[in-house]
Amino acid sequence: MSPKTLRGVQTSLLYLSVLVLVVSILAPVVWLLISSVSSTNALTTVPLRWIPDALDFSRYKALLSQEPSGFGETFLYALRNSLGAAFGATTISLLVAIPAAYSFSRFGRIGLLYGVLATYMIPPVALILPLYGILAALGLLNTVWGLALVYCTILSPFVTWLLKTNFDAVPVELEEAAAIDGLGRWATLLRITLPLALPALSTATIWAILLSWDEFFYALLFTANQNAKTLPVTIADFAAGRAVDYGLICAAGVLAAFPPILIGFLLQRGLLSGLTAGSVKG
Amino acid sequence: MTRRQQPTAWLMLAPVLIVVLGAIGYPLLRTLYLSFTDSRLTGLSQVPKWVGLGNYQHALSSPDFQAAAWHTAYFVLVSVGLELILGVLVALLLNQKFVGRALVRLLLIVPLALPTIVNAMMWRWIYNPEFGAFNALLTQLHLIGDYRSWLGEPGLAMNMVIVADVWKNYPIITLVVLAALQFIPKELLEAAAIDGAGAWTRFWRITWPGILAALSVAMVLRTIEAVKVFDIIYVMTRGGPADSTKTLSFLVYQEGFSFLRLGSAAAYAYLVVLVSVLLIGLYIVLLRRQERAT
Repeated sequence: MSPKTLRGVQTSLLYLSVLVLVVSILAPVVWLLISSVSSTNALTTVPLRWIPDALDFSRYKALLSQEPSGFGETFLYALRNSLGAAFGATTISLLVAIPAAYSFSRFGRIGLLYGVLATYMIPPVALILPLYGILAALGLLNTVWGLALVYCTILSPFVTWLLKTNFDAVPVELEEAAAIDGLGRWATLLRITLPLALPALSTATIWAILLSWDEFFYALLFTANQNAKTLPVTIADFAAGRAVDYGLICAAGVLAAFPPILIGFLLQRGLLSGLTAGSVKG
Repeated sequence: MTRRQQPTAWLMLAPVLIVVLGAIGYPLLRTLYLSFTDSRLTGLSQVPKWVGLGNYQHALSSPDFQAAAWHTAYFVLVSVGLELILGVLVALLLNQKFVGRALVRLLLIVPLALPTIVNAMMWRWIYNPEFGAFNALLTQLHLIGDYRSWLGEPGLAMNMVIVADVWKNYPIITLVVLAALQFIPKELLEAAAIDGAGAWTRFWRITWPGILAALSVAMVLRTIEAVKVFDIIYVMTRGGPADSTKTLSFLVYQEGFSFLRLGSAAAYAYLVVLVSVLLIGLYIVLLRRQERAT
């Protein structure tokens, strides 16, 4: 084989592998999308015709309209609860984690930092029974607030770790200059360090929101009805229902998946730095 | 640190320490206490009896626990193993130069950002025994004659769940390895090629040592996550068929919230914690080593 044909074979193999990869990533998701806009009739025909004759957007309309006691009402409540829990937990976690991360970065105590990080990885099954008791005692079972508080146990150690590595990159000299000008520690953090660490702060925010959006175990056990059930729990409910419209479940899935995927696309760089809790400098 | 800064340092740490000690430390100790009692989750206020190591003895000798431990081990080993192999292979592929590379890298975010429950639901629908796309595809390609119940056969269900889990999670490994690959000097690989080192040698001598540190951190992190597996099982199989996909987390969930036996649920949970703590320790050791190296 001449070097030229060898190169040709290599290039075709490369593009073939890329094609296989792209199809393997897209096929399941595209099928989810197609299912969500196919009529139930088309979906339950055997042999299956892959491309529907007509697009049917009625599920999206049903899910996004507030018809009393319909799927839409359930779904919209779940959306509200998911947003509430995610933003509530993220706000509290940031408030808790920012000073802690700064303290770890500037005053040390790395051993303690690793201890905090370790708690984030403790299996929830080991905490779930007492947490249930605590929430019950506080009257926070089946509330979005209760869920937001519980999510802080996951988010605040994680965010602390993520921010600490990024605060490390802010030059100490700047802060020393501020100190000479008479700025205290808290003022330095607020006016000098935080503005400089703004990209890291947005990464941490995004990760916190994504983690809460995805959470299922606590939400399943600590919520009982549309007062607090989140999107993952509601979708699991839909999927477990007896008389199911597969297209409807798929449409709910698409709607729940849309925000995190969009965020992921927009912030792909930031996403990476959180992947292994700061083990890769993204 | 000066003496004057000490109070500020601790004041800044206080909120996070309160969260960690209050919402993680206390429940952890409370679960430990429960695991030594015969507590039950009932409306009646009965005084729980201290049973010492009874729950643990019962757990370790119970066939249910042993089966769940085996299912969890199988899930962890196979899914993390496949994620590593696929993750590295795809990273090496995406490190080649080709048209549209940036776009394909962007695509990796789709499985990654897809919520776990949506992923589980999506694959359950794909595997549907009556109308599923997987059955349709395989029959239309004449690879199988009749539709099968992919999640309904005990020997098969766990493997199908693993496929769904690997599809979602290998991109994490790929992205981590891709990032590490950027730090390997191109000149080194080129020089080795000129010296006559084949692709295989170049990979094991240069690329592999270059990605090993990041890869091992990501691997341990994935393992910690996999040991906890619950969501995907809950949606895809509920532990069935014939308990063949019942993992430890699912067992604890049932014991505590279906059978309301808090004591033995806590003991099961602590046996999971024991394994996790070992892994978390390993993770931190690897992480510290890498932090020092960079």
